[in-house]
Amino acid sequence: MKNFFDAADKKSRKPARLDLIQSLSGLVLALFMWTHLLLVSSILLGKKAMYTLTGIMEGKFLTGGDHGFPIIVTIIGIGIFSIFILHAGIALRKFPISWRQHKILRDQMKTMKHGDTNLWYTQFLTGFIMFFLGSVHIYILTTHPAEIGPYASADRFVSDWLWPLYFILLFAVELHATIGMYRLAVKWGIFDGKNPRATRKRLKMAKNTLTVFFLVIGLASFAAYMKIGLEHRDRAGERYHPPSEQAELSRGEHQ
Amino acid sequence: MSNDEQGRTLKFHILKYDPQLEGDEPRMVTFEVDEAPGMTIFIALNEIREKHDRSLQFDFVCRAGICGSCGMLINGKPDLACRTLTSRFPRGEITLLPLPAFELIGDLSVNTGEFMRSMSERVEGWIHDQEQESVDLTRIEERMDPDLADEIYELDRCIECGCCISACATKRMRDDFLGAVGFIKVARFALDTRDKRTDEDWYEIIGNDDGVFGCMTLLGCEDNCPKDLPHQHKIAYLRRRMVKVT
Repeated sequence: MKNFFDAADKKSRKPARLDLIQSLSGLVLALFMWTHLLLVSSILLGKKAMYTLTGIMEGKFLTGGDHGFPIIVTIIGIGIFSIFILHAGIALRKFPISWRQHKILRDQMKTMKHGDTNLWYTQFLTGFIMFFLGSVHIYILTTHPAEIGPYASADRFVSDWLWPLYFILLFAVELHATIGMYRLAVKWGIFDGKNPRATRKRLKMAKNTLTVFFLVIGLASFAAYMKIGLEHRDRAGERYHPPSEQAELSRGEHQ
Repeated sequence: MSNDEQGRTLKFHILKYDPQLEGDEPRMVTFEVDEAPGMTIFIALNEIREKHDRSLQFDFVCRAGICGSCGMLINGKPDLACRTLTSRFPRGEITLLPLPAFELIGDLSVNTGEFMRSMSERVEGWIHDQEQESVDLTRIEERMDPDLADEIYELDRCIECGCCISACATKRMRDDFLGAVGFIKVARFALDTRDKRTDEDWYEIIGNDDGVFGCMTLLGCEDNCPKDLPHQHKIAYLRRRMVKVT
């Protein structure tokens, strides 16, 4: 009987698990988003580069043919969507849940002017924004896996009117991810070493550098897709083929 | 102290409010004080009480940053009045507010004692050793590794001034959250080899969202601790230790 009572009195291990899952899911999502942005930014190297990279990611090399397996995009989409929902659900525990709590938080920020507290508020806001905008984006891509390419993506920006969503999402994601990675490091003391304070300063600097880096290439890519999308507005829906394939295609048509 | 700082007239904006006094309303009152060399906020407050307002309430005991009584918001940041030089404020305007998150006694005086006592009882901030009763007092105590002793001493420097509590937005939002002063105490006893409590025992005390998993790492504690205690490092350490408890 004694054991039974001991077990019943024990505190649940759930809070520990949830804390860890929140951090790990955040880590996976941040790494995914950074990779995602780097892949998307291949448009800066030209349409052909982006087209080729999309082909590689879709496993075109496996078929050797014209199209790969866009289902890969769907599978990744479902996976990321699941982690995204999990992360959001767990992180929700930390949100200010009443007007009173929110007011205290705002007052505290106003009087203390404390950098890391302000950063947390940024994460809370950007997280909230992503609940909606992130879901829209992931859903569209998961259900239209084959529509990734220089023209298809650019058309989505301009002709499908997703550019306002992408513009806000870019800032939300990049701020949330870099701040989150910084917080992850100090939260678990991963790189603390002998001098945790010096480490924190370096981490903060790395965070700021990464935010600027990702925002710059993000905005540049945004501009590139906008430009292509605007030029391609009249032929929206048409797919991009690099000049070499273009030649083959037109030869096929003539025969 | 450089000469140009002498002769400055400082403006203190201080919250005046006595909750005991019926009909009293919180208000900001401005006092002017001639700056003296090496002047601290604590010295200035004494001067204000002597020359301008005999009813002004604020706490102090040691004047040397070890008693933890004179914590207050100095231009928005929690700090000790006795250790804050007026020369730190180039504009010469200093706003003083009582520490939030604690019961207000009056003006700048807050009741940190009640909170600290319940915090100490909550984490049972004393050595736990079931065999303590049967200790042979004629024998020499077991030796402690000097590095460990240093590490414990470092955390024992906490003066329970309450600055970490006031600086923590998490604590402000959630009353039941333990707060950094509690984590420092737990870390101190968790390090001590004389305390026989296991990680399972510690988990019972801090293993939930009112404990270490409720900390959102805003680091107000780390950045506002007048004693520069390693809050971030120790909370991370407790978090790692607690997440391993099965």
